[in-house]
Amino acid sequence: MLGTDDIKKLAKLARITLTKEEEEKLPKEADSILEYVAQLKDITSSMVENKVAGELRNVVREDNNPTETGVNTKNIVANMPNSQDDYLKVEKIL
Amino acid sequence: MIDLKNLTIKKAHEALIKGEYTAVDLATAYLEQINKLDKDIHAYLEVFSDVLEQAKIADEKIKSGKAGQLTGIPIAIKDNILIKGRIASAGSKILENYIATYDATVIKKLKNEGVVFMGRTNMDEFAMGSSTENSAYGPTKNPYDLERVPGGSSGGSAAAVAANMALIALGSDTGGSVRQPASRCGIVGLKTTYGMVSRFGVIAMGSSLDQIGPFGKTVEDAEILFNAIKGQDKMDSTTIESPKSKVESPKSKFKIGVPRDFLKMGGIDESVVKNFEESLNRLKELGHEIIDVELSNSKYALAVYYVLCPAEVSSNLARYDGMRYGKRVSGSTGIEDYFLSRQSGLGEEVKRRIVLGTYVLSSGYYDAYYNKANTVKEIIKNDYKKVFEKVDIIATPTTTEVAFKIGEKTADPLQMYLEDIFTVSVNLTGNPAISVPSGMKKVDGKDLPMGIQFISDHSREDKLFAVSKSFLGENI
Repeated sequence: MLGTDDIKKLAKLARITLTKEEEEKLPKEADSILEYVAQLKDITSSMVENKVAGELRNVVREDNNPTETGVNTKNIVANMPNSQDDYLKVEKIL
Repeated sequence: MIDLKNLTIKKAHEALIKGEYTAVDLATAYLEQINKLDKDIHAYLEVFSDVLEQAKIADEKIKSGKAGQLTGIPIAIKDNILIKGRIASAGSKILENYIATYDATVIKKLKNEGVVFMGRTNMDEFAMGSSTENSAYGPTKNPYDLERVPGGSSGGSAAAVAANMALIALGSDTGGSVRQPASRCGIVGLKTTYGMVSRFGVIAMGSSLDQIGPFGKTVEDAEILFNAIKGQDKMDSTTIESPKSKVESPKSKFKIGVPRDFLKMGGIDESVVKNFEESLNRLKELGHEIIDVELSNSKYALAVYYVLCPAEVSSNLARYDGMRYGKRVSGSTGIEDYFLSRQSGLGEEVKRRIVLGTYVLSSGYYDAYYNKANTVKEIIKNDYKKVFEKVDIIATPTTTEVAFKIGEKTADPLQMYLEDIFTVSVNLTGNPAISVPSGMKKVDGKDLPMGIQFISDHSREDKLFAVSKSFLGENI
């Protein structure tokens, strides 16, 4: 059972602020979902065959043909909420 | 007047080549339809202002004799697929003004074909939902009954095709988000084999589950669009090689397996069961063999999904922090910016899944939930593998019931999740599956569509097209 404090802690870990209403609703909703998910416990270890990794294949490629420096800069900077001289501007960290 | 209702890609292509009408005429006809209907349906978040310019370029291509089948064909694109220079918001406030800086691979392929992009379609925020009601921009309505949902999350794309506001459309399917709205809007929708279509440039929700899929009014249209977007891509390492020269004919006779135990699960509407049995009879009459198969662990698929999906959501959506792009709400410190931006930019369902995902991935519960879910996923995969040693196709209804009313299920998230019970398994197993229209149910004086789902072995979309064409009597 998840309590309001648990939900608050999880939200904090996920960098989310919840509204008062969400803080009250979410524990109940989460519980009903987790209760549904709990049916996975019915599956006993004897039903589980040796766990294997998925199909393995090589997906590595040569690291070549890099994008020319600067061709996307203008468009990327244009999407920044705050920028200066092609740099991203954020609040002071320290 | 172009008969949009009965138009297919092949018919439009022939007319364009013969000069019966131009791509500009065709695009104009669709724009008129949008002007007439979309204020009520709300399938589009944005209709592009340069549709006619795109169509003009297509006309030049046609005149110069370089046209392919898709040149000049009007297509709608789900709002989570990037088109360079255009907004892609994924139905979320946090990306309200985000302008894509590159083309998704599927978009690049379609641009080479010379399609006409009509606009970006409405969706549940970040594709989390089964009704399009979770869009930050208001719900899409079902063209068959404006009081009902079109299904989701690709509800805008499905409604656009069903209401003839685009000839074809692209959506994405993480737990049923192409097939389920296709079924509810009476059209064809395909979830492709995991890895068959590149997801480079698609806004990720659950990366082990997401797949792009085509919508069309006919199986053939969906097939043509599928062939145009598939293929291995060096920008998406999960893509696989497309099969060569394995193409089944609609005249082929298939062994079709029916997982009876799975269908006995509660909550399925009687008229859906009846329609499904009638569909099986039709398939039998067409010469296909129907046999019972066992998928006894499929009943756990939805539970597995609602562990894996939120887990992947919580990590995939960590990037929306209001820093490099998207909406930023400034506080007094950098960390406060994160909290405020995410609070104001993300919707209720998104936050719910992020919190749940954070929980199932937390150290004390990782084994109980995430590892367990992955193990059960392997068991379900094995079940399917075994069944496909015996049959070509597995058939189920696509949904447990026809489209429900707007607002009917929003109060209880679990009820909404149960909408995907028949579709979600193959997102776990990676198999391809298609939904095709199977009949109508009259509710409150209105005809509402139902769909049948066909599932095949990995990379055997050709079998899905063949059995679907046979079922619908298309091009035989």
